[in-house]
Amino acid sequence: MTNQYETVFILTPVLSDQQMAETVEKFQKLLTDNGAEILNKENWGMKKLAYPIQKKSTGFYSLVEFKAEPELIDKLEIAFRRDERVLRYLTVKLDKYAIEYAEKRRKKLNPQEA
Amino acid sequence: MAQAQSEIRYLNAPSIDVKKKKYCRFKKSGIKYIDYKDPEFLKKFLNEQGKILPRRITGTSLKYQRRVSQAVKRARHLALLPFVTDLMK
Repeated sequence: MTNQYETVFILTPVLSDQQMAETVEKFQKLLTDNGAEILNKENWGMKKLAYPIQKKSTGFYSLVEFKAEPELIDKLEIAFRRDERVLRYLTVKLDKYAIEYAEKRRKKLNPQEA
Repeated sequence: MAQAQSEIRYLNAPSIDVKKKKYCRFKKSGIKYIDYKDPEFLKKFLNEQGKILPRRITGTSLKYQRRVSQAVKRARHLALLPFVTDLMK
């Protein structure tokens, strides 16, 4: 049965914009290829990190909300672990309150599409 | 000893701050989910060094205090909140 997840990951700031977009695209493609349904994509852009990670003080944040099978999450996490451009990632399963909150947030962020 | 006690007279009765009833802000405002992605809201539950405030100070109920601490720890993992800092506010 498919659960709803959201994952936030931070890319190293060293990359050019094109490489960043391509990396984000790579993970989204990995999700869609394995039958996940992406609900929302957000790029928070370059943000200052609260503490340096791997000697870097800024990072490119990106958020993806999707519905997927639980098995897919292992694949996703392995891909994150393998890719050295990703500084840090966090995948969270959304419970019913979180889903409702995400729904509201999505409507607020892009009202025309919702 | 009792004599010295009554020696001190106050102009008006010393009102040690009458204990104001603490309440859980989540139950009162009906917030159901604490989002780990917005650090501004979570900062209300951290002290200057970035440590999580205890329930006796914030007055939140146990159920929501656990969610707050989980959200703060996730935010720290994502470097949205520092683990330790000085003069964060």
